[in-house]
Amino acid sequence: MAIEVRIPTILRTHTGGDKTVQGSGDTLSTLIDDLDSRHSGIKGRLISDDGSLHRFVNVYVNDEDVRFTGALETPLKDGDSVTVLPAVAGGSAAGKR
Amino acid sequence: MARFASLIDSLGNTPLVGLPALSPSPEVRLWAKLDDHNPTGSVKDRAAFFMIQAAEAEGRLERGDTIMEPTSGNTGISLAMIARQRGYQMICVMPENTSIERRQLLELYGARIISSPAEGGSNEAVAVAKKLAAENPDWVMLYQYGNPANARAHYETTGPEILADLPTITHFVGGLGTAGTLMGVGRFLREKVPGVAIVAAEPRYGELVYGLRNIDEGFIPELYDASVLTTRFSVGPDDAIRRTRELIDREGIFAGISTGAILHAALGVAEREAAAGHRADIALIVCDGGWKYLSTGAYDGTVTEAAEALDGQLWA
Repeated sequence: MAIEVRIPTILRTHTGGDKTVQGSGDTLSTLIDDLDSRHSGIKGRLISDDGSLHRFVNVYVNDEDVRFTGALETPLKDGDSVTVLPAVAGGSAAGKR
Repeated sequence: MARFASLIDSLGNTPLVGLPALSPSPEVRLWAKLDDHNPTGSVKDRAAFFMIQAAEAEGRLERGDTIMEPTSGNTGISLAMIARQRGYQMICVMPENTSIERRQLLELYGARIISSPAEGGSNEAVAVAKKLAAENPDWVMLYQYGNPANARAHYETTGPEILADLPTITHFVGGLGTAGTLMGVGRFLREKVPGVAIVAAEPRYGELVYGLRNIDEGFIPELYDASVLTTRFSVGPDDAIRRTRELIDREGIFAGISTGAILHAALGVAEREAAAGHRADIALIVCDGGWKYLSTGAYDGTVTEAAEALDGQLWA
């Protein structure tokens, strides 16, 4: 199963700088295990010691926040798109480098 | 009654208009709450007014005082207008290199601008504002991300207005920034309408905006309570721009880009409901008009070109 995962800048140390990686799994949890087998340490950045998604990490499957679709047990299928983003304050400015 | 003692008194009671061309069927209908029809042209007038009113009632604000707030967007403009009317000084903390229209409007309303570094976006503006508040105890930071009066504005005005105009409402779709609109309208509707769905549309920006040094620098607005929401969608600039343009083309509504993001989530919900054969009345917020974003390039060229122009900007 091929699932495209978009990785935020802050986690690319685990993906050799790649912005997107491929993974497989029938739930978000198994996908993260699969990613960690090739991108060592990434699981520890996404999941807290208590086994839940890190408070400041948001994960979206096909743009829907997984905290509303089953969290780590959110089902996945071939062709799904997964986006990982840190939680930041938005909505009040424009900054260009 | 369309006569008011002053501009601020005309706050709220904005029109709710149908979107017949964008609605999937007569059974699944979209309705737009035109909150650009507010005194400074945005939904933020509601929160700004309620926050100032609450601070006055608590004795935190007296004529001549200085209000300081991390915002370069609509909240700053709303606060600056009310501050000028009521005799307060206004300071906005905002990332440098902010869109020219917003800076011009803030200056016209007499606000002073303190810049925070572009890297880190609003996270950095919040951090700078909190530091300034500690250093200047006589300044009043209303702090929209954590001020209950922000959500209360929508609990007491936006929510009741929507329900009065659309008693058959099944879904409410709002933008997620401070969480004020979604928490206030969401809590009100959940009390009154069994089974109502509250849907958040969260803008997804370019990479610069997520440029934290450490994941523990992440930020969740203090007002945010996930239990109020049914679900939450992340909407990228391509989809937001495409929908902003559809709103002009199909319904004649010239809205800002965050409204395009909200419309995208609303249309996703509408398609799901139509496919399931359900009846649905879906209300969404038009946060502001498109005027302040013309210089961003969002309304020029192809959607791809416009999305590239928005990269690195906080467009909602």
